[in-house]
Amino acid sequence: MVAATPLTVTTAVKQEFGFRVSDFRRFRSTAMLATIWGFSLAAIIPLLFVFYFVTSKGVGGLNWDFFTALPAPVGQEGGGMANAIWGSLMIVGMAACIGVPVGVLTGVFLSEFGEGKFAATLRFTVDLMTSVPSIILGLFIYTILVVPMNGFSAYAGAVALAVIMFPIVAKTTEEVLKLIPDHIREAGLALGIPRWKVIISIVLKGSVGPVATGVILAVARVMGETAPLLFTAFGNSFWSESPSQPTATLPVAIYQYAISPFKQWHEQAWAGALVLVMIVFFANLITRVIMRGSGVKRSR
Amino acid sequence: MDSFSKIQMTVLSMFSTNGRGRRREIHFADRVFYYLLKAIGVGILLLCASLIIFLYKAAEPAIAEFGWDFFITNEWDPEAQEYGALAFIWGTVVSSFIALLISVPVSVGAALFLTELSPKWLKAPVGFLVEMLAAIPSVVYGLWGIFLLAPFVRDYIQPILGNGFGFLPFFQGPPLGVGMLTAGIILAIMITPTITAISREVFRSIPDLLREGALALGATRWEMIKVAVLKTGVSGIVGAVILGLGRALGETMAVAMVIGNRAEISLSVFEPAATMASVIANEYAEANDDIDLASLAAVGFALFFVSLIINTIARFIIWRVESKSKG
Amino acid sequence: MQVKTSKASKTTTAANSLESDNSESKTILTIRDLNAYFGDFHAVKNVNMDVDANEVVALIGPSGCGKSTYIRTLNRLHEEIDGATVSGEVVLNGENIYAGHADPVSIRTKVGMVFQKPNPFPSMTIFDNVVAGLKLAGIRKRSVLEETVERCLKQAALWDEVKDKLKEPGMSLSGGQQQRLCIARTLAVNPPVVLMDEPTSALDPISTSKIEELITELKTQVTVIIVTHNMQQASRISDRTAFFYLGELIEYDETKQIFMDPKEDRTERYISGRFG
Repeated sequence: MVAATPLTVTTAVKQEFGFRVSDFRRFRSTAMLATIWGFSLAAIIPLLFVFYFVTSKGVGGLNWDFFTALPAPVGQEGGGMANAIWGSLMIVGMAACIGVPVGVLTGVFLSEFGEGKFAATLRFTVDLMTSVPSIILGLFIYTILVVPMNGFSAYAGAVALAVIMFPIVAKTTEEVLKLIPDHIREAGLALGIPRWKVIISIVLKGSVGPVATGVILAVARVMGETAPLLFTAFGNSFWSESPSQPTATLPVAIYQYAISPFKQWHEQAWAGALVLVMIVFFANLITRVIMRGSGVKRSR
Repeated sequence: MDSFSKIQMTVLSMFSTNGRGRRREIHFADRVFYYLLKAIGVGILLLCASLIIFLYKAAEPAIAEFGWDFFITNEWDPEAQEYGALAFIWGTVVSSFIALLISVPVSVGAALFLTELSPKWLKAPVGFLVEMLAAIPSVVYGLWGIFLLAPFVRDYIQPILGNGFGFLPFFQGPPLGVGMLTAGIILAIMITPTITAISREVFRSIPDLLREGALALGATRWEMIKVAVLKTGVSGIVGAVILGLGRALGETMAVAMVIGNRAEISLSVFEPAATMASVIANEYAEANDDIDLASLAAVGFALFFVSLIINTIARFIIWRVESKSKG
Repeated sequence: MQVKTSKASKTTTAANSLESDNSESKTILTIRDLNAYFGDFHAVKNVNMDVDANEVVALIGPSGCGKSTYIRTLNRLHEEIDGATVSGEVVLNGENIYAGHADPVSIRTKVGMVFQKPNPFPSMTIFDNVVAGLKLAGIRKRSVLEETVERCLKQAALWDEVKDKLKEPGMSLSGGQQQRLCIARTLAVNPPVVLMDEPTSALDPISTSKIEELITELKTQVTVIIVTHNMQQASRISDRTAFFYLGELIEYDETKQIFMDPKEDRTERYISGRFG
């Protein structure tokens, strides 16, 4: 019987149970899987375009002058973005001085004393802070710092960036510290070491690497922030004499150059964009290497 | 009363030397450490509260002057001292809607690819690229949008849409490149990593047992994805999409650079427009009289309020999905 | 109760009931030289086995012995795991399911499977869970679906408990009920063979005994291959038992034979609890 009728299994199923042949289903499955492939390709294609154009258009403007010279007046060749680069480094540096300790300590609190209503409220607030539109934070810092201080300043910019940084650092720190099993803490406590020392010298020290990745990511993130600086640090075509003056930053300068009508400025904007993209690219690459296999979820 | 007695105990323990003095010292240091951390937490909550209060105060003059009409009129004329934010609300809603329309299928597709289809060796690089998409600064997207995406939209996408669907009110007018459509596309690119990352987590948390259950019933691979993954993860996807929406609403620079900044309401997505975030970015630093500043702050307050609600909803949904999959 | 009668019918010789005569006359599954791998790891080694229709076959052995992997090769589920491969032949009703033209999707409707933990689809109602397989196959006629739900839930001894709440989510049931729902779901596509991978390991004793009872009843319609850790369970419900050790099929015989007088030393040591 078997030899006489070489039934495929499919037809056997059809005969026995009256199922329709699954040709249509098989086709639909293949088509949908292809669509999924297509969509994921569509998700990353824009990134490749951005990479390509930022590199090809920006690399020409990257030269010694770009990092060392002030912007040239309109119509003149050359010039650079030295003041903006320096301004960015200064502001981000100051922001990190505030944002990193606050973020790490908040993360420690949420991970080590994370029970109870207060901690839950704090956790929720920190979560929400990560998604407050950054332009709103700019507005806020403007009203509480720029207006009372009678002017735009690097200080105000730094505070605005610090407010963006600390929730990111706090979330990563919390996630990382939670991965450390309780018995390690208990072992420390059992030796008679006070809790605060256990937390700092055992828990925190043991996860310096992953906490650092959170810091790196937060720094890379605020390095490119523009909106909160527009009316805090503002901008400046020259060197700022002190942090209490309006200060140029790389992202704001890119923005201003991009919407200007001048071709040389456009070139400078592309070069600046290339610098920013390189910073975030390497920051992400480094964190990925550090985090590999640590099982830490990235904060959203 | 309770906290007072606590303090009393603490103070007493500082001075007590009898018995287990060292233990108390330890406990005292621990307590100081705890309250130090807690103080920072309180500071953060205060910061958040002051954010709401100061934003409201900054906006108050405009709200007092125009009342609720502020949000339902669309005159925005600093010269004439007339302010109504409807055009910006419209711009924010429509650009975010376009972004979701494009981004949701792409993001969910990418997340499905990463969890269900991708060969192992491809997962890490694709995952990394999607993360990079989130890391690129907004201003860089804006720059790219002005010089490359907008001309591309003007030369290719708008003519095609205009020729094919020009009878619809959404696709009328001259192809300018700069405008609502381009802003929506840029936003779509920028929220894709958010939606992808969260959908991916949701799909990952679905037990393989369900996938095998579907396969064992004779599901094709796509049917397995539909029955065991998509249907099971639907509330998580909704959370992810709402979170993406929250991100789109507040996104500023890239939109400000490509949307054309015109405070008018038009059905056509080819027309320039403005969003709540983009008008603040463009006008706040230059605004010089009080009512102008206050009106912009009122726009900001509304934006803050809406994004707060949207994000709260999204996080609540995601939190519920996560705790369900754990429990 | 049920268990005893079926065992009795096995042991009495000449005066066997007609139906068990019929069932034993037909081989439904023939497994030849079956090997299964996870990458380089050789999980199932060269298994040969014949399974008669309307029998319950129990697979026993220490954990990690390959028995779960083995039954997952019988509905081609093993190959869904990354890096997992199979060689050999599995002939179901005369057709090799590993033949080049064989479609795993159709095969899985002929060889159903019940898993270690109950896995009803959380997004579906009880009703939809039962007919999930039919709907996949494109059967949408309301009357057919309703008839199937009633029939299968009755077969799975769940009908009386759920007939008034078919629209409630499948997850609202207790663990044992969920597992019976999964059995009903499997039966709905009418498979001649049902694989069960430790179906009671996550259940309490009462639910377990209900499922055992159910399996012996199902024997009249389907062939059941069940993996179990529990040797009492194997002896209670199965007609034949296979003992696996380190990926090899050590001994395969009538259950009574295996438990009373195993031929292999390793089987005997396992049965008497001296290892594993």
